[in-house]
Amino acid sequence: MTEFLQQLVNGITWGSVYALIALGYTMVYGILRLINFAHGDVYMLGAFFGYFTARFIGAANNPNPMKAIIVLLSAMIACGLVGIVIERFAYKPVRRSSRLSALITAIGVSLLLENGGILLFGADPKFFPQIIRAREFNLIHGVTISNQQLIILAVSLILMFALRFIVLHTRTGKAMQAVSYNPTAAALMGISVDRIITFTFMLGSMLAAAAGVLVALQNPKIEPLMGIMPGLKAFVAAVLGGIGNIPGAVVGGLVMGIAEVLVVGYISPTYRDAIAFVLLIVILLVRPAGILGRNVAEKV
Amino acid sequence: MKRLIVAAVTLGALAGLDLLLPRFLNPYFMRILMLCGISIVLAVSLNLINGFTGQFSIGHAGFMAIGAYSSAMFSMHIGVGWVSALEALGAPQGLAQAAALVVALLLGGLAAAVAGYFVGLPSLRLRGDYLAIVTLGFGEIIRVIITNVDAVGAARGLPGIPQWANFFWVAAAVIAVVGVSLRIANSSHGRALFAIRDDEVAAEALGVDTTRYKVLAFVIGSFFAGIAGGLFAHYNAYLHPNSFTFLKSIEIIAMVVLGGLGSISGSILAAVFLTVLPEALRSAQELRMVIYSLMIIVLMITRPGGLMGSREIDVRRWFGRRARPA
Repeated sequence: MTEFLQQLVNGITWGSVYALIALGYTMVYGILRLINFAHGDVYMLGAFFGYFTARFIGAANNPNPMKAIIVLLSAMIACGLVGIVIERFAYKPVRRSSRLSALITAIGVSLLLENGGILLFGADPKFFPQIIRAREFNLIHGVTISNQQLIILAVSLILMFALRFIVLHTRTGKAMQAVSYNPTAAALMGISVDRIITFTFMLGSMLAAAAGVLVALQNPKIEPLMGIMPGLKAFVAAVLGGIGNIPGAVVGGLVMGIAEVLVVGYISPTYRDAIAFVLLIVILLVRPAGILGRNVAEKV
Repeated sequence: MKRLIVAAVTLGALAGLDLLLPRFLNPYFMRILMLCGISIVLAVSLNLINGFTGQFSIGHAGFMAIGAYSSAMFSMHIGVGWVSALEALGAPQGLAQAAALVVALLLGGLAAAVAGYFVGLPSLRLRGDYLAIVTLGFGEIIRVIITNVDAVGAARGLPGIPQWANFFWVAAAVIAVVGVSLRIANSSHGRALFAIRDDEVAAEALGVDTTRYKVLAFVIGSFFAGIAGGLFAHYNAYLHPNSFTFLKSIEIIAMVVLGGLGSISGSILAAVFLTVLPEALRSAQELRMVIYSLMIIVLMITRPGGLMGSREIDVRRWFGRRARPA
């Protein structure tokens, strides 16, 4: 039982990271109907921006929360800018073409970020400095949680609530909902669709960057190809919860994180990468719209 | 009669080229040529699913892996025995190997086709992106399974596959897949596939058995992917699960989309282009993959319909004969 609870704690932590990445996928999909394959690589960039900032301000020498926050924020801002640039120069020109060519462009961007990363940062892994000293807390008899896990959980929760606030209660957020519901009608109502799309990419990229820094806290080994698998799995998480649906991405991410940790703990670590896709196929066959998604009837 | 002569001449020419080419080309160019051929088979077979039928499959490497591993297992455990038995009966070595290779390739193709049937089935319920994700998941699951099954070498890879595939067989596979695709495109079956791509609901209303044709496209496409995998296995003599990652599937899709969805000649051109390009850029070392990815982005922005759109290059026109109206 203790072991199970411990796995659950780890799973929820890991799942909240997937949820942060999945949010970016789901928002972009909701607005553009585009699977943004480059999203996992933005997460990788987030970890690297965090790494360079941490080295620059010397966050590892004398760790304090202020420096950690600076590292997190600068990574988020840098990735937000990267998101805007990607959207402006790669996705905007193909927005009117077929969805398949948009998808190939996304794949091209993903390859560009990975190989650009190898070129700039080198292919060998880097070690993220310890900007927060690790400490373990005892929850209930034997179940422990590290302060890094607590930080991951807290930061993800704060960011999710911030996102919820932005989407539900600000004018821009309402415009985002409108564009995702019907871009043409939104444009007719005076919403600048282009600006909303750029803003969505920025938000999604910032969340991915935060996820990158948070993961690097716990697994300090970072390398340019680290984004591929988490990216794919976060995307699966978004589909699991119902793609285009923001609460769905969080639910999907958590389900995925817990399932993965349980497979590693009770079956075999080598099947870790398969569980995500098995879950996906089962969900799609049983409930194609995802856990929280609504079935949309096809109109002729 | 005329067809038989054409076929005989083609086979003869291929056999001649098979003997001549290694003398004129150095092994490196020979290898690129072979890989181009395998890429063409992969791209054209995926074009049947994605381009002709409009089903969105991004797990083609999975079918290739199934074909590669099953044909390799056959050759290593049974095929080798057949070859020595045939040789003992007095058959020349080349012929004996060819016989075993054909059986191995067909088996690989069949195994992939069976998998294609089971992946094609959900396409009855799922459309567009969802189908894409299922095929992606399928490809990844296949890879994870291969990585975990010790009998096929698991993560160590599978060495010691007999190196039977030569230029002749790769070229023959290319001709077969292109021929079959052209035949399909110009038949009523092809029209049915195009109708599904253009508007599934309208096609169904016109009496096209959409279920059957969608699954058929998957089965034929994955059959040829399996053959390509088998050729790859018997050419490379070594298989590793990392050759069949998501990136491989992406590479094949890039070929189909760059060439133009539905255009067979486009797929061929793009397959050659995307296979040669990374090699041609080899001198640029680390920059080469950056240039490769930039080119994909730029091509998609400037020519979103692919190099060829949905048009075809008609070779017959170059020889002064008028092409049959399509």
